[in-house]
Amino acid sequence: MTEDMSQYPLRLDGDDFPMVRFQKVTKAYGSLVVLNQLDLDVSAGEMVTIIGPSGSGKTTVLRMLMTLETINSGVIYVEGEPLTHMERDGRLVPANSAHIRRIRSKIGMCFQHFNLFPHMTALGNCMEGPVQVLRLPRKEAEERSLELLEMVGMAEKRDQHPSRLSGGQQQRVAIARALAMRPKIMLFDEVTSALDPEVISEVTNVIRRLVDTHNLTMLMVTHQMGFAKEISDRVCFFFDGSIEEQGSPAKLFETPERERTKQFLNAVLEAN
Amino acid sequence: MIEWQWELVWELAPRFVDATGKTLMAAGGGYGIAVILGLIFVVAQRTPIRVLTFTMREFVELVRSTPLLLQIFFVYYVGPQFGLILSPWTAGLIAIGVHYGAYLSEVYRGGIESVSKGQWEAAKAINLPIVRTYRRIVLPQALPPAIAGMGNYLVGIFKDTPMLSVIGVAELMHTATTIGAESYRYLEPYTMVGAIFLALSLPAAFFINVFEKWVRRTLGMVK
Amino acid sequence: MTYVEFLQAHSGRMIDGTIITVYQFLLSTVVAIGIAILFGLMKLSKNLAVRSVAIIYIEIFRGTSLLVQLFWIFFVLPLFGIHLDKFTAGFLAVGLNMGAYGAELVRGAILAVPQGQWEAAIALNMSSRKRMWRVVLPQAFVIMLPPWGNLIIEILKGTALVALISVTDLMFEVRQININTFLSIEAFGTAIIIYYLIARLFVTPVMRAFENAMSRKIGRA
Ligand SMILES: Nc1ncnc2c1ncn2[C@@H]1O[C@H](COP(=O)(O)OP(=O)(O)OP(=O)(O)O)[C@@H](O)[C@H]1O
Ligand SMILES: [Mg+2]
Repeated sequence: MTEDMSQYPLRLDGDDFPMVRFQKVTKAYGSLVVLNQLDLDVSAGEMVTIIGPSGSGKTTVLRMLMTLETINSGVIYVEGEPLTHMERDGRLVPANSAHIRRIRSKIGMCFQHFNLFPHMTALGNCMEGPVQVLRLPRKEAEERSLELLEMVGMAEKRDQHPSRLSGGQQQRVAIARALAMRPKIMLFDEVTSALDPEVISEVTNVIRRLVDTHNLTMLMVTHQMGFAKEISDRVCFFFDGSIEEQGSPAKLFETPERERTKQFLNAVLEAN
Repeated sequence: MIEWQWELVWELAPRFVDATGKTLMAAGGGYGIAVILGLIFVVAQRTPIRVLTFTMREFVELVRSTPLLLQIFFVYYVGPQFGLILSPWTAGLIAIGVHYGAYLSEVYRGGIESVSKGQWEAAKAINLPIVRTYRRIVLPQALPPAIAGMGNYLVGIFKDTPMLSVIGVAELMHTATTIGAESYRYLEPYTMVGAIFLALSLPAAFFINVFEKWVRRTLGMVK
Repeated sequence: MTYVEFLQAHSGRMIDGTIITVYQFLLSTVVAIGIAILFGLMKLSKNLAVRSVAIIYIEIFRGTSLLVQLFWIFFVLPLFGIHLDKFTAGFLAVGLNMGAYGAELVRGAILAVPQGQWEAAIALNMSSRKRMWRVVLPQAFVIMLPPWGNLIIEILKGTALVALISVTDLMFEVRQININTFLSIEAFGTAIIIYYLIARLFVTPVMRAFENAMSRKIGRA
């Protein structure tokens, strides 16, 4: 596993480098290669949606960016700086935890199963990061959290524990919790998949509002093609660990070029 | 056939009250040591240092699968061989503390492992450092499932204190045996010891159950 | 005196002691299993009297110490005309005590068999005896094997107490060696290793193999 690191820049220069860059990123579990030499750029403020069949590596992309998974080769850059690596003596070496924590502070994530802390209230969940990580005074953290709970329509449930909330409500609190860290990049991994159909719109409406009012860079994995089409700046179709096709929603959904994309879209349409 | 003598019971009562105090002290002291040692054992097992993890696991296994009585003798007698003389109390508390520390480390481990992977990931996603992740996210959730086990071992340590009598700690069993040797009466002393143990351990089990429910409710994790 | 010399001088006694320990262990285990099944099932009985007997037995034996029970059986029972030799008193006390813990395992495992299994057995019109023996117990057996593994280690450890009523088991022998030689670390250390080896090389593998065989047989592997 000795990779020639000199092919990767120490940092991305110029004035139009992307917010996120995956450069030749490979991820394998044992002999199973999940992502193969992935290249993907996401510009600042862009909303990129990832679609594709089950097992194609969509979740893995987000988890690598959130540093929940290590990578086998390649480099991920965030705001021009390497995330997975850092510079030492003019060379890229694997990042240490201090470096990872610094870069990771720019990223927030919402999970399919919410992962709210069950022993804390909705408000407590939102305040945890600001107080414990950002070291904000409690008062300020509370104000910030309440504002966000207000935005996701959960202000009146602030004192409830997750076990007392519905799935849609939990997911909205989870979004508020992630936003309370003021990330520049938000990751959404199938945030509506675990929800009953009638509450899905609670969550998609919040994401819609985020797109309209915040200048966040977003990466979203979803199975909801309608929502992806409506909200994305760009859609990436993943197949077998790499990007099979990508483009504007109009183009990808209306006039897909690749055979596999057509098959996938047909299969999804039929299922609905 | 012999008769139960109530007069003897009343006569012996003060000595048994005193010995009950000592028994509770031994159990409490031993448990205090065990609670802390258990935490050290389990954290040591979860470090990335391979040798430490391995040695700690084997040590815990060894302690858990060999008799406490033997460990008590070991701690008490091995010291003097190297010029280190421990009082019966010190040796007893160390032995019982290490023994139950090994048990408690398994309880803690179970509790920690019951916390879902998603919780670790969510903590990472808000950039919480590892020590804080343990303290604020993992341990509070590991606690409620661990309480039942911790409570059982509190009662367990209490019921194992009679073994300390073999190195001369003057707890209940030691007192009963001394009385037996003095008076040649065994029925009352040994039955009284049994009754005292029963009278203390039954309510303890009940209160632990109540306590566990209370903790769950306080943390809002009603299931 | 080197450790090798120590072993040469005392291994005979330690081997004799180990054999007694193994006897005590096996006999205690048999008693404990019998007691556990008997009182575990009794505690599930619909008959209040039967259930009460089981509850009282279990609470008394779990609520007092093994050492207290051992001394009671050995020193107090003779006063009522029940004379047991020390060897019998030893394994009986350990078995009666551990059986009370085992009874709770039996009961818990039976209750852990899903309700649907009982219902399916009823739907097949099985008699209550058939339901228990053909459907519930085999599944309960697999459920309770892992905790029984721990209990059986406890039984092994518990047998060390019989040394205190002068059964000449391993614990007793090394204590004698310690008194005669003051070589405490050698004597007690060797005994710790022997107990550990019995647990690790005998009890655990046997239980593990048993678990695997059973869960394969029942189709849960
Ligand atoms: N921890 C792991 N160990 C081994 N293989 C894994 C692990 N996590 C994921 N995989 C494998 O990696 C591949 C990609 O997984 P990933 O979760 O990224 O798929 P996905 O596109 O998100 O699928 P889905 O739509 O089902 O969520 C799958 O084949 C999966 O089995
Ligand atoms: Mg996925």
